[in-house]
Amino acid sequence: MSQAQSGIVRRQGPRQIALRILLFAVLGLFCLYYLIPLAVMISTSLKSLDEIRTGSLISLPHEISLDAWSKAWSSACVGVRCTGLEPYMWNSFLMVVPAVLISTFLGAINGYALTKWRFPGANVIFALMLFGAFIPFQIVLLPMARTLGYFGLAGSVYGLVFVHTVYGLAFTTLFFRNFFVSVSDGIVQAAKIDGAGFFPIFFKLMLPMALPTIVVSVIWQFTQIWNDFLFGIAFTVGDSNPVTVALNNIVATSTGVKEYNVDMAAAIIAGLPTLLVYVLAGSYFVRGLSAGAVKG
Amino acid sequence: MAGVKLDRVWKKFGQNEVIKGIDLEIAPGEFVVLVGPSGCGKSTLLNLIAGLETLTSGDIRIGEQQVNDVPPKDRNIAMVFQSYALYPTKSVHRNITFGMETRHIGHQEQEQAVSEVTQLLHIEQLLERKPGQLSGGQRQRVAMGRALVRKPDVFLFDEPLSNLDAKLRIEMRTEIKKLHQRLGKTTIYVTHDQVEAMTLASRIAVMDNGHIRQFGSPDDIYENPVDLFVAGFMGSPSMNIVRGRVLKNGSCGIEVTDGEGAIVFPLPEALAGKVAERTGQEIVLGLRPEIITHRGAHAPGSNVFAFERAIDVIEPTGPDTMLVFTLGGSEAIGRIRPGEAVAVDQPYRFQVNMDKAKLFDPASGIRL
Amino acid sequence: MTNAGTPRVALERFLDRWLPQIVVSPLFAASLVFVYAFIAWTIYISFTKSGVMPNYTLVGLAQYERVWSTPRWYVALQNLFVFTGLFIAGCMIIGVLLAILLDQRIRLEGAIRTIYLYPMALSFIVTGTAWKWILNPTLGIEKLVQGWGFRDFSFDWLVDPQMAIYTVVIAGVWQSSGYVMALFLAGLRSVDDEIIRAAAIDGAGPVRTYATIILPMIRPVFLSSIIILAHLAIKSFDLVVALTGGGPGYATDMPATFMYAFAFQRSELGTAAASAVMMLMTVMAIMVPYLYSEIRGSAK
Ligand SMILES: Nc1ncnc2c1ncn2[C@@H]1O[C@H](COP(=O)(O)OP(=O)(O)O)[C@@H](O)[C@H]1O
Ligand SMILES: [Mg+2]
Repeated sequence: MSQAQSGIVRRQGPRQIALRILLFAVLGLFCLYYLIPLAVMISTSLKSLDEIRTGSLISLPHEISLDAWSKAWSSACVGVRCTGLEPYMWNSFLMVVPAVLISTFLGAINGYALTKWRFPGANVIFALMLFGAFIPFQIVLLPMARTLGYFGLAGSVYGLVFVHTVYGLAFTTLFFRNFFVSVSDGIVQAAKIDGAGFFPIFFKLMLPMALPTIVVSVIWQFTQIWNDFLFGIAFTVGDSNPVTVALNNIVATSTGVKEYNVDMAAAIIAGLPTLLVYVLAGSYFVRGLSAGAVKG
Repeated sequence: MAGVKLDRVWKKFGQNEVIKGIDLEIAPGEFVVLVGPSGCGKSTLLNLIAGLETLTSGDIRIGEQQVNDVPPKDRNIAMVFQSYALYPTKSVHRNITFGMETRHIGHQEQEQAVSEVTQLLHIEQLLERKPGQLSGGQRQRVAMGRALVRKPDVFLFDEPLSNLDAKLRIEMRTEIKKLHQRLGKTTIYVTHDQVEAMTLASRIAVMDNGHIRQFGSPDDIYENPVDLFVAGFMGSPSMNIVRGRVLKNGSCGIEVTDGEGAIVFPLPEALAGKVAERTGQEIVLGLRPEIITHRGAHAPGSNVFAFERAIDVIEPTGPDTMLVFTLGGSEAIGRIRPGEAVAVDQPYRFQVNMDKAKLFDPASGIRL
Repeated sequence: MTNAGTPRVALERFLDRWLPQIVVSPLFAASLVFVYAFIAWTIYISFTKSGVMPNYTLVGLAQYERVWSTPRWYVALQNLFVFTGLFIAGCMIIGVLLAILLDQRIRLEGAIRTIYLYPMALSFIVTGTAWKWILNPTLGIEKLVQGWGFRDFSFDWLVDPQMAIYTVVIAGVWQSSGYVMALFLAGLRSVDDEIIRAAAIDGAGPVRTYATIILPMIRPVFLSSIIILAHLAIKSFDLVVALTGGGPGYATDMPATFMYAFAFQRSELGTAAASAVMMLMTVMAIMVPYLYSEIRGSAK
C-alpha cells in the first residue's frame, strides 16, 4: 500500500495546495470523460426525435419520454423483424446461464484434478489447454461453423452454449487452477487418509473453499459471454441472435428514419445486465480482470 | 551531534490511538532502544521521529530545532528498515548514492563516501550487484551503508535484525554496537527482542500499548522494574510471578500455598518494610529464575532461603539447566548448573536469594 | 461376498488410480479437437483452393498470394498498426496517469475507481453504438461545438476515410484505459511501504520516487498491460463493426473484419483461412515469448 506516502510529512504551502487542487481537477475531468458518454446515452434515450434534432448532444431532455425505451424493448426493427430487443434478451439469457454454469463447473473440476491429483503430464495438459485462451477466435470460426452445421446446432442458441463452454474452459480452468495451487496439499492428503475419494473431496471440501473463485469465474464468464459478438454473428441467424447482434442490427438498419433515441435505449438495455453485475460485484469483477492479466 | 526530545506526543489513525502522550528525552550520542510487544506502537513512534508519519499533537525536537512540520529529508536522520527497503531495480552502489544524488552532491564526494562506508562494512565486492542477488546478511549491510553515508545527526533502526537467522543476528548486533562506539551518533533502535535491547542500549524505553512504561539503563530496568509488565517482559526466561499472602508472626514473610503445601518466604529487612501495612493481604512475589538455584550458588551473606518442590520438567540449555516446577498454582522456573543430580517428579531443594526478590501490588501491578 | 466383492474392489482400485485422468480426458480431448484440430484444419484449408465450399485440393500458397494482392488487406494491416499503436499508447498514458493520481490517498478513491472502470463491463457493441452517436457528423460533437459559437467547426471523422480509424481508437481507449488503471493501481499498491519511506528519507520527491523507484519496480505490469492491449487490438472486431461497420468503404477494415467478410459474406473460405492463419501467427509471435517468460518466471 503506497498510500502511506501521504503520511509522510511534506512542506506545506501554496504550492502543495495548488497541486492538490490540480489533482482533484484532473481526477474530476476524467470522471466526466468516462461518464459523459453514458449520460449522453441516457439523456438521448429519453428525448423525442424532434428534440434530438433541435437540441445538442449534452442538453437535457425537456420532456422525458419513455417511448424510445418501449420501442427498443418491444417493437424496434431488428433487420426485417420488428420485435424489439425482448426476444433477443431471452436468447442471451438462455445462452449465458447454461454456458456460465457448465464452463465454471468443468473448470473447477479440471483445475482441481490438475493440481490436487497431480498425475504425470498434468502440467503439460494444463499448458496445452491454456493455449486456447490466447488464440484469435477467427482461426476456429470456419471449422466450428461446419461442425455446428454437421450436428444441426447451427443457428441455434444451443450451438452458442456449446461454443462458449468449450472456449471458456481455458479461462475457468486457469482461475481454478490458480486457486487450488494455493490450497495446501495437506488438506487433500488428510481427506484421502480418511478414506474420501476424488469426488467427495471435490464436492464436500474443495468446492466450498473455492467460493470466491466461483464468483470470480461466474462474473468473468457472464461478462465475456454476454458481451460476445463474434460467435453470435458467425453462428446464429435471425431470431436466435444474442442481444449484442440484435443491437448491432437495430443500429445498422438503414431503412426509414434513423431513431437515435431508440438506438441509445437499446444499447443501454443490452449493456444493463453486465453493468449491474459490475456495480453489485465490482471487486470480484476486478479480480477476474487481474487474473485475466496473466493471460490476456 | 543532536539529542532528540519528545513532548506529549500523540498519534491517532482515525479513531485508533496508537501513541498516547509520550515524553522522552534522548541525550546526544546516546543509544536508546525502544522495546515492547508487537503492535505497541514502536514503529509508529520511530516514524513520527523520522517524519514518516504526521503528528496528531505534541512536539518533536531534534537538536535545537522543532521538526513537527519538517519533511524527513531535512531532519538529518538516517533509517534502517526491517525489510531493509533497498531499491530492487538499483545496484548496491546506486542504492547507497541515491540520497546524495537527490541532494546534488558532487560525484567525487559521492565516490569518497561510498568507499568509506563499503570498507567499514566490508561490502566493496557487492557494489555492482542488485539487491535480489544478495543474501539477507548482505542486504542488511547495504541498508546500513545507505544510512551511514548520510552522516546524519540521528540513526533510526526499525527491527533491523529481525529477518536474520540467529547466528547472523548476534554477529550484526555486535557490529552495530561497535559502529555506535566508533561513531558516537545518537541512535534510536526499535526491537521486540529484549535480549537485543539489553545488549545494545545505553538506555531502554519499555513501551506498552502506546505508553512508555519505564525509561532507564538496562541494569535499572532489569533490577528495578517499575511494574509487573516491565518485570515480565525483560528477562528470559521471564520472572516467576507468584501470588501469596503477607504473614507477620515475629518476622515478616510471604506465604505461598498450593497442592504441595505452603511455603513461607521470609522477607529481608529492606522488603519487609514495604509490606508492613499489608499483613494478611494478597501480594505478588517476583523471583527471577537465576535467583532460584542450587545450594551454594549465592554470595555469602545473602539472605538465602531453601524450599523443596517436585520437578515437573527438566530443560537443559547447555550452560544452565532449567527446572520447571509448580509454585503457588502456577509454573515456575529455577536455574541450576548442569550436572546437579535431578530427576523428574523427584523433589529438589532450591535455594532462593530473597535479597533479590521483588514485590508487586496485585491490583495495580506497581512494584512496591 | 468375496466373489461378488473382488471385481468391485478391483473397479474401485481402478477408479482410485485413474479417476482424475478420466475426468480430465474429455476436457482435454475437447481442447485437442476444438483448438488444435480446428487450427490444423484452418491451416490446411488455407493451402487449398476452397471457395464457397471446402475443397481439399492443395494449391500451395495461392490463397496467401491472393490475400497479399488484395488492396483491402493492406488497408486492414495499416489500420491494425495505427490502431494498435495508438490504442496501446492512449490506454497506457491515461491508465498510468490515473493510477498514480488515484494512489495519492483520495477519500473518494473507491467511487472514482468504479467510474473509471465501468466501461470495461460493457460490450464493445454498446460502446461502439454510443460513440457512433456522439461522433455523429451532423448531430453529435460537431453540432455541440457549433452551438457554442464555433460556426466553422467540423468533425466528420466517422465518415472520413482518412480519419475514421481514429474514431475507433477514441472509443477503444475510452473503454479499455480504466483496465490499465486498475492493473497499475494494483501494481503500485504492491510496492513495499518501507521502500517509499526510504525514498522520502533519501530526499526524493513524489515525481522522482515514482519515476526512478516505483515505476521501474512494476515493470512487469507495463509488459503485461501492453501484451493484453495488443491482444485486444489484434482481435478487435466488435468495436469496428459497431462503430464504422468497417467503412466508409473498407477504410476501417482490420484483419478480423477482413477475415469475417471473406468467410461469411464473400464465402471465399481459402482466403479467409489464410488471413486467419496470419492473425494467429501475429498473436503467437507476441504471446509465446511472453508466456514463456511468465512461466519461467513463476517456476523460479
Ligand atoms: N497507517 C496506519 N493506519 C492505521 N493503523 C496503523 C497504521 N500504522 C500502524 N497502525 C496501528 O498502530 C498500531 C501500532 O503499530 P506499530 O507501530 O507498527 O507497532 P509495532 O512496531 O510496535 O509492532 C498497530 O495496532 C497498527 O495496527
Ligand atoms: Mg514494527
